[in-house]
Amino acid sequence: MSDTHAESVAFVRETALPPVPPPVAERGIYKWGRENLFATPLNALLTVAAIYVIYLVLAGTLPWILGGVWTTSSLAECREVLDGRSAACFSVLTDRWNQLLFGFKYPPELYWRPLLAFVLMFLAAAPVLFFDLPRKLLFFTGIYPFLAYWLIWGGTIWTPIVALLGFVVGYFVYEKLVHRSFATGFFGGVIAALAVWYVGGLAIPDLARITSGLRLEAVPSRDLGGFMLNMMLGVTCVSLSLPIGIALALGRQSSMPLIKWICVIFIEFIRGVPLITLLFVANVMLAYFFPPGSGVDLFLRVVIMITMFSSAYIAEVIRGGLAALPKGQYEAADSLGLDYPQAMRLIILPQALKISIPGIVNIAVGLFKDTTLVSIISMFDLVGMIRGPILASTDWNGVYWELLGFAALLFFIVCYGISQYSQWLERRLATDHR
Amino acid sequence: MADIAETHVTPNPQMKVSDEVAISIQNMNKWYGSFHVLRDIDLTVYRGERIVICGPSGSGKSTLIRCINALEEHQKGTIEVDGTLLSSDLKNIDKIRSEVGMCFQHFNLFPHLTILENCTLAPIWVRKVPKKKAEETAMHFLEKVKIPDQADKYPGQLSGGQQQRVAIARSLCMRPRIMLFDEPTSALDPEMIKEVLDTMIELAEEGMTMLCVTHEMGFARQVANRVIFMDDGQIVEQNEPEEFFKNPKSPRTQLFLSQILGH
Repeated sequence: MSDTHAESVAFVRETALPPVPPPVAERGIYKWGRENLFATPLNALLTVAAIYVIYLVLAGTLPWILGGVWTTSSLAECREVLDGRSAACFSVLTDRWNQLLFGFKYPPELYWRPLLAFVLMFLAAAPVLFFDLPRKLLFFTGIYPFLAYWLIWGGTIWTPIVALLGFVVGYFVYEKLVHRSFATGFFGGVIAALAVWYVGGLAIPDLARITSGLRLEAVPSRDLGGFMLNMMLGVTCVSLSLPIGIALALGRQSSMPLIKWICVIFIEFIRGVPLITLLFVANVMLAYFFPPGSGVDLFLRVVIMITMFSSAYIAEVIRGGLAALPKGQYEAADSLGLDYPQAMRLIILPQALKISIPGIVNIAVGLFKDTTLVSIISMFDLVGMIRGPILASTDWNGVYWELLGFAALLFFIVCYGISQYSQWLERRLATDHR
Repeated sequence: MADIAETHVTPNPQMKVSDEVAISIQNMNKWYGSFHVLRDIDLTVYRGERIVICGPSGSGKSTLIRCINALEEHQKGTIEVDGTLLSSDLKNIDKIRSEVGMCFQHFNLFPHLTILENCTLAPIWVRKVPKKKAEETAMHFLEKVKIPDQADKYPGQLSGGQQQRVAIARSLCMRPRIMLFDEPTSALDPEMIKEVLDTMIELAEEGMTMLCVTHEMGFARQVANRVIFMDDGQIVEQNEPEEFFKNPKSPRTQLFLSQILGH
């Protein structure tokens, strides 16, 4: 500054001050720690208390986990090795690993089949979950249920092929007739599919005899078990209950009284009944509803019940999403001349489903965990295996923490994955810039 | 806003209209429950006519134009659009709706689709236009409403005026023969009203048949060749804009005009 300016009030800066880093207490970890952990005396006190609690928990569990034994073949042996130390006996997991995953009756030489189905599941789910992937992959998604059925249950390849053929023929008939009216197309498709299944069903034994090379060793449903059973029930029921839930939600909004009331009664009835009751019905009573001697598979009966249960819930969540859309969206779609299916598919459902994602995921996660309830009706899923064959065996009677902790971990991994996916999906679909 | 419209259109109250009937409404009545919203509406709209409907709120003017593309059902009388009788037959309704464009007060763009997708959706699915062709048409109309550079954005990223212009472009992409406007500028800031009105004026100059519910009296004066005043669900008065504003006949019209033009 020059002398001329020294005593005047006006001031002109002629040199810029060089930037200086903030004081130490205002940077990095000091700043973060002060603001987040020790902002006020009470905060500081709570932080210290919390750290002490965390220390207590870890001090108790870490030695138990890290000092665990992995290689013994019974609990007695385990106790010998531990010699009075308090530590986990993880040997039960290594010893009964296959039983926990596949159940105790699935033939061990066929474990590759459900494993292959499991790996292929990711390939089939990918184009549905990540819609940036090429749409051609959906072709495989369409085939996957039939392939997975064949891999897991085995038997002749003609059973899944006839089933697939029925759907394909039904679809083509629907496409041919739908321009007349939706109902004509729908019922035409259903009748065509039923016809194919009936004729195909008669032809399967002969076809199987001619091409005996195209069969895998058959595994009956009651031999399925372990976490595989939970995965199968979870994936099947979630993927079936979503479209059924959408149909129910739309049906409940329908202006046709018959459809509306069928949907309302179905939803209200199913929601008013505990799942466990439905499962008992599936186990004991559902057989009365099928033709005598048809012997509908227990797995199928359970799938029907869980699907009905969760689709009723999903329908209500989606109804919430539909109700949240402004009426103007319906009107805009109408005013452009879109018909009902187009308006729903292109305008209403994409938005309503987006709003419903948290609710749907909530139900999907709940449903996946509820698959353990089948252990009550003597199916040997993961929990059924633990409570039944493993804990009842003389070798492992009394190993609770390790087994149930492992089950919890498996379920947590899957459920956390679903939750993370849904959050990614919500971010990906956020286009409204609110 | 009167002065804005005036600067953009050469006053031409005797704009020519054809004898071809675009919309014919006869003895139409509508009730909401037991509330009689529309009473004995008789209205014939000729091709190329630009009609402004005004009136106090609750007078049934929105309901009237929403009946024309069956967003509201009427209970008595007939509505004929381009020779097609509006009945409960869904095929007829969809046919009429694809011929009649509509712009709403709150734009009602589809927030999950880009501007371009908003414009191409209906042509692709209803008119079965190939995607490429539909995009060309959409770009043409987006240029016309002067926002081609926003084509890849989402509605939420645009201002209200821009959204309303997109909504107009979206309707135009269906190549409608009639356009309905339901208070298109009521939700907009004054600056944005101008850009939307400019677009509508341009459309009027090209000879589009327009029915417009609006409170923009400047627009009515300059563009309309007929102004309809509604009150209590009835058409109280209709006239050429010049006469309508200068010599309103009915006392109710006089009161309404003095209220909205008086300030």
